[in-house]
Amino acid sequence: MNADEKQLVDWLADMNEEEALALAKRMLFDDGKDPLRVLELCRNAMDIVGKRFEEGEYFLPELVLAGEMLETIGALAKPLIKHAPGQEPKKLGRVLIGTVHGDLHDIGKNIVSFMLDINGFEVKDIGIDVPVARFIEEIDTYRPDVVALSGFLTLAFDSMKETIAVFEEKGVRDKLKIMIGGGQIDETVRAYTRADAFGVNAVEAVNLCKKWLGAAA
Amino acid sequence: MSDNSAVQAAYDQRWQRILDCVALKQPDRMPVAFFATFWLAKYGNISCKQLMYDYEKTREIAERAVLEFDPDTYSTLVLATASGRALEAIGFKQVQWPGHGVGDDQPYQYLDREYMKPEEYDDFIFDPTGYYLHTYLPRVATAFEGFEGLPKFPGLHYFRLVAGMRAFAKPSVRAALERVIKAAEEVERFSGHHLAFTERMTSLGYPCTSAVTAIAPYDFIADYFRGARGMMTDIYRRKEKVLELLDKCSVFLLKQAVATARSSGNPVIFIPVHWAPDAFMSDKQFREFWWPSCRKLLMGIIDAGLIPMPLWEADCTKRLEIIRDVPPGKCIYWFERTDMVKAFEVLGDVVALRGNLSPSMMTTGTPAQVDAAVKHLVDKVWAKGGKLILDTAFGLPDETPVENVRAMFDAARKYTG
Repeated sequence: MNADEKQLVDWLADMNEEEALALAKRMLFDDGKDPLRVLELCRNAMDIVGKRFEEGEYFLPELVLAGEMLETIGALAKPLIKHAPGQEPKKLGRVLIGTVHGDLHDIGKNIVSFMLDINGFEVKDIGIDVPVARFIEEIDTYRPDVVALSGFLTLAFDSMKETIAVFEEKGVRDKLKIMIGGGQIDETVRAYTRADAFGVNAVEAVNLCKKWLGAAA
Repeated sequence: MSDNSAVQAAYDQRWQRILDCVALKQPDRMPVAFFATFWLAKYGNISCKQLMYDYEKTREIAERAVLEFDPDTYSTLVLATASGRALEAIGFKQVQWPGHGVGDDQPYQYLDREYMKPEEYDDFIFDPTGYYLHTYLPRVATAFEGFEGLPKFPGLHYFRLVAGMRAFAKPSVRAALERVIKAAEEVERFSGHHLAFTERMTSLGYPCTSAVTAIAPYDFIADYFRGARGMMTDIYRRKEKVLELLDKCSVFLLKQAVATARSSGNPVIFIPVHWAPDAFMSDKQFREFWWPSCRKLLMGIIDAGLIPMPLWEADCTKRLEIIRDVPPGKCIYWFERTDMVKAFEVLGDVVALRGNLSPSMMTTGTPAQVDAAVKHLVDKVWAKGGKLILDTAFGLPDETPVENVRAMFDAARKYTG
């Protein structure tokens, strides 16, 4: 890692947004840096952000700001990428995520979605108030490895339970890992809904997926 | 004792239990609170939509529930539920409610969105009323659409003032004013039912402890103006503006809370707290952005002779030492997921405590588990001198089986008289 590269990682990890974005633009547009390398540096920075989150130094504002910085750099870098056939970066696995029916909340779900995305998972976010039938359709066509059910209200307990029960009825339950999350979710709710696991934050969601899909956490 | 004086005595006795807890004195028994919103639909076997739209039915169910559980204090059961017609009348866009974005049997839900753009901080700070009239109100409720055309009042003077009134002749402004007047009539009916219910409860001997609400300045801006994502990034991108607006808001939010409490005659000011939890920001951010303006609000309420009752949502264990910085015997701190035993250890000599039977246990557990959870709080907090007002974590979860609510009240009586 040269000095510029290290500087970009540090600025991103330290939340120096203006400096980081200016440097990323210079690397991409003036220095002709390989956009894949710039994105790799972003991922390195996010690893540091995730670690600081787990260590209690960073909280939601840093996850959200880091996510927005990466979104901006990603939008600049992606049009510059020229993939040779077969060279698309390999994803760690597919995650289908949505807020269960009856619940319109999405702050937590959105943070989990982008944290999974930048940690190398292919994520399909099917929004809020998702009917059970929609989850089934998506499981049939998208074939996710993990289904993530989100919910903030207490009504989500029953929606999650019902959603997972239908997965069981339709015979798709055993092909999936299911994780749940949201403001009121705890072990009691996990047992009630028969999900495989619950997480209390986005980094826990990433670690659960990494564990299930055999990637190093 | 006549019926009237017996009811008055019962009211006074219940109220005194709450006041004793606030003053850190031992009440004659542990007070138990009944705080519900859409649980009433389950209890009354009607839909959430009916609860929101049928004033009389909602009042009848709410009264039946209070009489069955015989609590020491109850919440604004009508005000917090029967708002359907009022929301419809003003065309409220920040909430989805039955028939307007959610199903008939679902509670209303708030939509977290960006209701104030990042470049609008200066407008809001310079002239909050002007910002409300021209920008915010039309953005959040259809009745106000057209207010963008109102005159800009500051600066109008002499004949410029006379000419400035032309704006009221614009068809869009006139239509908006007509809609607002019509909406206000429905809001007046809604408020009338709330007040009549409160008077009825008073006449039956039950005091209310959430009649007046206020909001922490940070939560006010985060929830109702900038949205979660906007606020979380603003503390990095426009820190000075955030601090300036927090300072400004703490003044008008305090004035509004005190004035409302004084006119209601009820001293307790309920402050649902959304953005304080441990997981939401660092200790440093909490001390810099969240706590100072909230403390200013709490102290202003206390200085006005009133009682702030923040409901600290989620887990605020790491904040306990910081929020301890209030004068003793003046506040009720209601905790949602913070371990109440820990809260008692840190705050027991400073504030009354309220809460906090777990939502997952209340909704999916058995009456025996509810009984055990009440006993745990009694043994570990109340019996050790904690001034605890027993309640659920943030009011009864809508799905709570009725037998679990009965178990909560029965256990409180069984273990503390």
